[in-house]
Amino acid sequence: MTEAAIEQRQPGSAVRREWRRFTPGQRLARFAVYLGIAAAVVLSLQTIEIIPEFLYDAPEQMRDLFERMWPIDFAYYPQGVHGAMMETLHIATLGTIGSVVLALPLGLLAARNVTPVPLVNYLAKLLLVASRSVNSLVWALLFIAIFGPGALAGTLAITFRSIGFVGKLFGEACEEANRGSIEALTAAGAPWLSVLRYGYWPQVKPAFWALVLLRWDINVRESSVLGLVGAGGIGVALNTAMNLFQWERVAVVLLAIFTVVIIAEVIVTQIRKRVL
Amino acid sequence: MSASAPARSPFATNWGARVGWLVLLVYVVYATSTLDFTWRRFVDGMEHAQVFLGRMFPPNFENWDAILKGMKESLEIAVLASFTGILLSLPIGLLAARNLMPGWVSWTARGVIALARAFHPVIVAIIFVKAIGFGAIAGVMALIVASIGFIAKLFAEAIEEISLKQVEAVRATGAGFMNVIFFGVLPQVLARFIGFSTYQFDSNVRNSTMVGIVGAGGIGAPLFVAFQRFDYDVVAAILIAIIAVVFIAEVVSTRIQRIFSA
Repeated sequence: MTEAAIEQRQPGSAVRREWRRFTPGQRLARFAVYLGIAAAVVLSLQTIEIIPEFLYDAPEQMRDLFERMWPIDFAYYPQGVHGAMMETLHIATLGTIGSVVLALPLGLLAARNVTPVPLVNYLAKLLLVASRSVNSLVWALLFIAIFGPGALAGTLAITFRSIGFVGKLFGEACEEANRGSIEALTAAGAPWLSVLRYGYWPQVKPAFWALVLLRWDINVRESSVLGLVGAGGIGVALNTAMNLFQWERVAVVLLAIFTVVIIAEVIVTQIRKRVL
Repeated sequence: MSASAPARSPFATNWGARVGWLVLLVYVVYATSTLDFTWRRFVDGMEHAQVFLGRMFPPNFENWDAILKGMKESLEIAVLASFTGILLSLPIGLLAARNLMPGWVSWTARGVIALARAFHPVIVAIIFVKAIGFGAIAGVMALIVASIGFIAKLFAEAIEEISLKQVEAVRATGAGFMNVIFFGVLPQVLARFIGFSTYQFDSNVRNSTMVGIVGAGGIGAPLFVAFQRFDYDVVAAILIAIIAVVFIAEVVSTRIQRIFSA
């Protein structure tokens, strides 16, 4: 792990060794990182625009906001919130499933031991990085411009955003697979599909299910904001309530989102405990 | 060696799994039907996509100084939010570890973390915009909340997986509480903590580009405005800038991780 740098004083006489935890090169690199972080923070603090009046009445504004949210308008739930919440869950689940379908081949192409062609690896990784770098809100805007507002744009946005995540981690899991059974299958003459199905799949199955569940959990949260730009789901209800300044309804929407996210996390933890 | 029981087929059909796949298929069909996908929409969409892509290229970098200013603000938001978020996650994560803290302390800290994680950063940004006003400060606060939610949770889980033998050894020397933390707990979890922090910095760079859509500063506002004005070539230019910055941030994060993992 850490390389010890051993210094010797006068050679030939009593040898004095001094143990240092890091080599000079490592120390320089670590110092450069600290300096870089300090410089970045100081620069950002200097150039960021802070409007002092806003900071001064911030506590009062927050109190005002919470006062307007009370009493929470639970009666709004059945008509306005429930349908939208279900739509959000469908967007998240369908998006995750779609992304898995598309990401599996890309992930296999990006894994160096499955596809030994470096150019294909590089291209696949490039596609995965591009899919990850664009935020799901931006994907939603793109798909709204193409397919019109609604849940279709939202599902496609979630799908394309998740491809990068699922593909990258799946490719890395495949790269870490044990070569033993793969070699045995290839030596027995198995076609490549069988090698994938019986050699790689049993080994990557735990990691695969773990990351699919994690991505589903994250997608439930991401789907809730897609409606803010018009891509369907609970975000539409949130946007409407906010634009009409109906803060009690905003409160019930936020509460619904919070409950669903907590339930999704509980489900994911239970599945992980039993299956993995 | 004689088999006393009949040999099991190594690839026996797993009926539980097959039923599971069937249920999944039924669900997909059902959900798709509720979401109003029609083939007609798809075909129309393809035509729109052609027009759309045609308008996006070539990307329009005319207002490059405005784009640069927006990206700079997004990066500032990301840097400040990551720095403060990482600093705050250390104590909160420690307080949430069940093997170090009494029950009521860890459950309160876990509740705080769950609250911080539940909402998407954009939603948190909306609330902060209402409370603190427009501008980068709301974005910074929103991303601090998101960072705490992520890092503190994983940090707490990492602390719960450490070996308590070292902690006991340090405590046996008579060390006070802070020394037990520094010399017993932190050396075991620091590598993973740095990994989480660099990942969250990446995530903050990505999210900082989006909080501008709701008024919390950064490149999100110019992006959204360009969309609404149908200036798709400007949108393409901003997207290219965002992807470039995110990529550079990822490279920087990986280097930092490698420097500190030695």
